[in-house]
Amino acid sequence: MGKTFSEKILGLKAQKDVQAGEVVTVSPDYILSHDNSAAIIKEFRKLGVKDVISPQKLVIILDHVVPAASEKYALNHKTIREFVSSQKIQNFFDIPFGICHQVFSENGFALPGKLILGADSHTTSYGAFGAFAAGIGRSEVATLWATDEIWLRVPETIKIEIKGELPSGVYVKDVILKIIGEEGADRANYKAVEFTGEAVKKFSLASRLVLANMAAEMGAKNGYFEPDEETLLWLKGRAKDEFKVISSDPDARYEAVLDHNISSLEPQVACPHTVDNVKPVSKAEGKEFHQAVIGTCTNGRFEDLEIAARILKGKKVHPKVRVLIIPASRQEYLLALKKGILEILVEAGCVILNPGCGPCLGAHQGVLAPGEVALSTANRNFRGRMGSRDAQIYLASPATVAASSLEGKITDPRKFL
Amino acid sequence: MKRGRVWKYGDNVNTDVIFPGKYTYSILEPEEMAHHALEDLDPGFAQKVKPGDVIVAGRNFGCGSSREQAATCLKYAGVQAVVAKSFARIFFRNAINQGLPVLQSEEAVDSIEHGGEIEIDFDRGSIKTARGDFSFPAFPESVMGILEAGGLIPYTKKKLEGK
Ligand code: SF4
Repeated sequence: MGKTFSEKILGLKAQKDVQAGEVVTVSPDYILSHDNSAAIIKEFRKLGVKDVISPQKLVIILDHVVPAASEKYALNHKTIREFVSSQKIQNFFDIPFGICHQVFSENGFALPGKLILGADSHTTSYGAFGAFAAGIGRSEVATLWATDEIWLRVPETIKIEIKGELPSGVYVKDVILKIIGEEGADRANYKAVEFTGEAVKKFSLASRLVLANMAAEMGAKNGYFEPDEETLLWLKGRAKDEFKVISSDPDARYEAVLDHNISSLEPQVACPHTVDNVKPVSKAEGKEFHQAVIGTCTNGRFEDLEIAARILKGKKVHPKVRVLIIPASRQEYLLALKKGILEILVEAGCVILNPGCGPCLGAHQGVLAPGEVALSTANRNFRGRMGSRDAQIYLASPATVAASSLEGKITDPRKFL
Repeated sequence: MKRGRVWKYGDNVNTDVIFPGKYTYSILEPEEMAHHALEDLDPGFAQKVKPGDVIVAGRNFGCGSSREQAATCLKYAGVQAVVAKSFARIFFRNAINQGLPVLQSEEAVDSIEHGGEIEIDFDRGSIKTARGDFSFPAFPESVMGILEAGGLIPYTKKKLEGK
């Protein structure tokens, strides 16, 4: 019987033959943390250990509230900077760089066959490059800093086969929303997800990141794409380390194989207050909203900004809507700047914010008042997430958000193409 | 073995409603976190919860963010344990790592109403409600060790000192 990617990589790390369901003790290749590093430092100190055991494995990226929005946030950042310099942590990205998952990826830490653990639930993103990447909590990260060891359960794997071709005006965000809507927010709880099928081969890496990122919204421990030529090309000149591609065996055992054909897919919208409350855009059309967000680790890359610009070019956003654009990273920001994308967006009336999480977690830069409605390209629409618990969040693709921003209400983007 | 009063909620209780994101980097003391426990789900909870109370919920409790405060705030609010039909993966680990027992039992959840009484016997692995006795899978030894130490940090500290 063959093995899945997850069984193979965790077996390799644990140096034994393992199967889904077993518990292994392993040592990761990289450990990610962000603004929460301040809280992790506090826990780390309690362990009575002076130094981080493997500082070269730490990747710390400030992104959640950058620049600091208050004295408390500023103090957190200061604590982190001091720790970074006292522990000689090389892989530190201060506030100019952008959202951790994007920065981690573009700086070549997200590599095929690597085991990556991060103090963030969307650490699953790095599966887009063929890594095993999972989110963990703060105590675990603090413990890893001190011991370089953690236990993990080898997950069963669900294979998601995506077939067909994306219709015009429909994007991978619609694909993943549709899948989550059909399968449910806990379908992949404790499990690994492998995205395969003829359609995914055509998805850009930016698009694969959307799927791997949102695998977390199905409860998945990790998402995975088999690296292909495009992956390897992208990693050229970026990879921070040597790596080896690990793939599932053709006769591997899957808990389930889920088929999804996308050829006749419509744009999708996740309605409040759960990510699996998904409807086709036709059923959500006409809903008025106050704030649009195009950004986050899900959809803040160049490809997303470009789609929005294509729709907004030469037009003005609805006067009742505030449209926030947040490039996922400085690199994506620069690219959009050089290609004139940002100019189009500013002329259309959008507000460009600095790379970072922005209002995604409700801490700053556009939090919602009671009764307000937001339409966002983010990955989560939980009650209270962007500010008031009496606000509502709808999730959609950058195209749907851009088109809707013109009308001031949820709109099918296909009529602008 | 301890008796507790039940606070019952539905499916998909996510980390944002357990501990809102806006506090994640501004509130660092566990006692203060407790004041905001379940704020966006049940705004009266933090004031009324008593030590030893038990949260009972449906499927996928704790889904969403990796924020460990979701477990910390419940523990410091006095919650003795969370009984749910299922837990989201990261929350499950975080709760154990905070020394907060998380017990999975569909039947126990279905057998109890909001405000009811519940008794948990960790040694026997059983949950007693007005409608019967229900067992939950025993924790592996290592997990029990973490719970008994009061969480992963004190557990690891002891282990490191013993080395
Ligand atoms: S953009 Fe939002 S979902 Fe992504 S890492 Fe930041 S806060 Fe989390």
